[in-house]
Amino acid sequence: MDAIFLQILNGLDKGGAYALIALGLTLVFGTLGVVNFAHGAIFMMGAFCAVTLEKLLTLSVKVKDESVTFFDAYKETPYLELWFGDTGTAIIDWSVPLSIILAIPVMLLIGIVMERSLIRYFYKRPHAEQILVTFGLAIVLQELVKATFGANPIPQGAPDIVSGSAAVGAIFGLGEAVVYPWWRLIYLAFSLVTIGLVFSFLHFTTYGMVVRAGMADRETVELLGINIERRFTIVFGIAAVVAGLAGVMYTPVLPPDYHLGMDFLVLSFVVVVVGGMGSLPGAVAAGFLLGILQSFSSMTEVKDIFPGIDQIIIYLVAVVILLTRPRGLLGRRGVMES
Amino acid sequence: MSNTKIVSPKKDMIFMAILSAVVLTMPLWLQPFGAAYPDLMQKFMIFGIFAIGYNILFGLTGYLSFGHAAFLGVGSYTAVWSFKLLSMNVIPAMIFGTVLSGLFALAIGFVSLRRSGIYFSILTLAFAQMSYNLAYSVLTPITNGETGLQLEQSDPRVLDHMSGIVPDGSLPTPNLFGIEGIGYSGFYICAALMLISFFIYLRIFRSPFGLKLRAIKSNQNRMGYTGFSTRPYLMTAFVISGMYAGLAGSLLAVTDPLAGAERMQWTASGEVVLITILGGVGTLIGPLLGAGIIKYFENIFSAFNDTVLLNAFSFLPDWLAHPVASVVGLFVGEGWHLTLGLVFMLIVIFLPGGIMEGISRLSRLLFKRNKSEPKSDGHESKEKEQTSAGEV
Repeated sequence: MDAIFLQILNGLDKGGAYALIALGLTLVFGTLGVVNFAHGAIFMMGAFCAVTLEKLLTLSVKVKDESVTFFDAYKETPYLELWFGDTGTAIIDWSVPLSIILAIPVMLLIGIVMERSLIRYFYKRPHAEQILVTFGLAIVLQELVKATFGANPIPQGAPDIVSGSAAVGAIFGLGEAVVYPWWRLIYLAFSLVTIGLVFSFLHFTTYGMVVRAGMADRETVELLGINIERRFTIVFGIAAVVAGLAGVMYTPVLPPDYHLGMDFLVLSFVVVVVGGMGSLPGAVAAGFLLGILQSFSSMTEVKDIFPGIDQIIIYLVAVVILLTRPRGLLGRRGVMES
Repeated sequence: MSNTKIVSPKKDMIFMAILSAVVLTMPLWLQPFGAAYPDLMQKFMIFGIFAIGYNILFGLTGYLSFGHAAFLGVGSYTAVWSFKLLSMNVIPAMIFGTVLSGLFALAIGFVSLRRSGIYFSILTLAFAQMSYNLAYSVLTPITNGETGLQLEQSDPRVLDHMSGIVPDGSLPTPNLFGIEGIGYSGFYICAALMLISFFIYLRIFRSPFGLKLRAIKSNQNRMGYTGFSTRPYLMTAFVISGMYAGLAGSLLAVTDPLAGAERMQWTASGEVVLITILGGVGTLIGPLLGAGIIKYFENIFSAFNDTVLLNAFSFLPDWLAHPVASVVGLFVGEGWHLTLGLVFMLIVIFLPGGIMEGISRLSRLLFKRNKSEPKSDGHESKEKEQTSAGEV
């Protein structure tokens, strides 16, 4: 029972990341009709927003270490600590959550620049060419990050106060022994909130309503005199922000390196396909579903029966879905059913 | 595109003869480019085979597969196992590698080809990732996981022992009846195989079968209406291109008997896509050109490091040399992939037909300059140009 409970949590938490990335991907496909292979790279760049901020906050100066009296010793002390004392230390400690503030404008800008300078020329081109050009873009982005930050993973710490484990067992009456890392609970909550925000933006604002109308029937919306292309550009920016935030918050879970994006890209595509291309609820549902499936299949009891199942379960599900129901779990009838 | 023009078999034979001459004299004419060492030339041949095989699928039918590295990996693993169990002779290794990849492609193609377009890409991607993940985890007894599959002194090598070849103290190298698979002899083995594969590929291009594959690319529905079931043709093309990839994989094992799972990763499939697009999708020798160019520049660019660059820019004043060298350094050495990605993007954006399209555009440009000369002459050379475009 405890194990199952933990696996569900684990799956939800993994699924949160999948859902966030897939949400942006399917949003872009649904609005612009573009298959974006650079979406993984956007996720990766979000993660590196956190790295950048941490590097900025911990800019250091050599200060004489007073505690050593035998000889002149120097230690690196961040400027923030020198200037603000304990407040500075606290700011550095909270660098990952703070990076959200940095990441939102940065990712929005990156997304809009990307769309205006490249993606918009590919609306009318075949999907294969979209895949190819964005694949090239992904390579370029990841190499730029590699050139700036090096090839090694850069670990990021969660704030001290939440770096431990939560006694979730006690809350749900399962015993004290059932614990789960705080940060991953926060990640789950964060992903739910972000998903909620995106959905309320699309459903409860006029702007979102127009975007949805454009997804359903672009031509009519244009005939009504609305500049739908500009809105879609913004949507691309929003998709980049969502993926970027997913990346920022993921850094304490997995130290980011330059090919993080490529690793997640395939997974998120699978999620989008399982949920249905262009279907937002589908992407979210499929994200959580695949997350849970994956964490259950990595239980030793399951692995004893089907060795290696944890490595391939996601792809197997995708294959089965594509063969039996190509429009995906929640895809609209007639969309991409070839 | 313009390739549907019928080219006489005689011209093809001349073309083959020229190509063979060019390939076989590579050690001579590559000398001034600094690329005439066997390792690199073997890579040209091997990735050439991989790319022409890929072109049979992607170039002719337009089905974009992102999982071809899996076949390359299967070919490599099979070849190394053949070295371990049977014989160090390369012939069984290549036969097993090619056939097993073909069977593997048959299985994957049977499922993947039920869908087209982006779904096909994702299905092949999913299968390739599955093979990669499995090769790293559960299949470790077969693939030796992260270390990679290697030859050992104690391998059985049944056939070798039966024919009385007893290894001396060192590890045996793959050979073709005593001709070693490394060095220049290795290059000639690869070159011969490449030429044979290219000949088959040429025949496929010219055959009615090739024409049907092209018809699938241009309009699959209409193919269906005219009464062709497209799936058997697609299936055959998929299996053939899988076998080419398997052959390339086993040749990789011949030149360096070591097989690792990273050969199967999807970014490795991306590489063959890059090669094919760069050279020219659907053109006859485009993929070969692409393989040559990418492997050549990979080799040359990777060799640049900071000191080499600083020397190269030493003619500049000191305050300028360092920044220039560091900016250029972004694009060479370790950053070679950045250049590759940029070039690839530019090609897809501006020159979807790859280098071959660039060449034909250039020749058209040159031809226009000649047009001011007498008219009858111009007409004739236009015809000539068309046939040569069809040929290439």
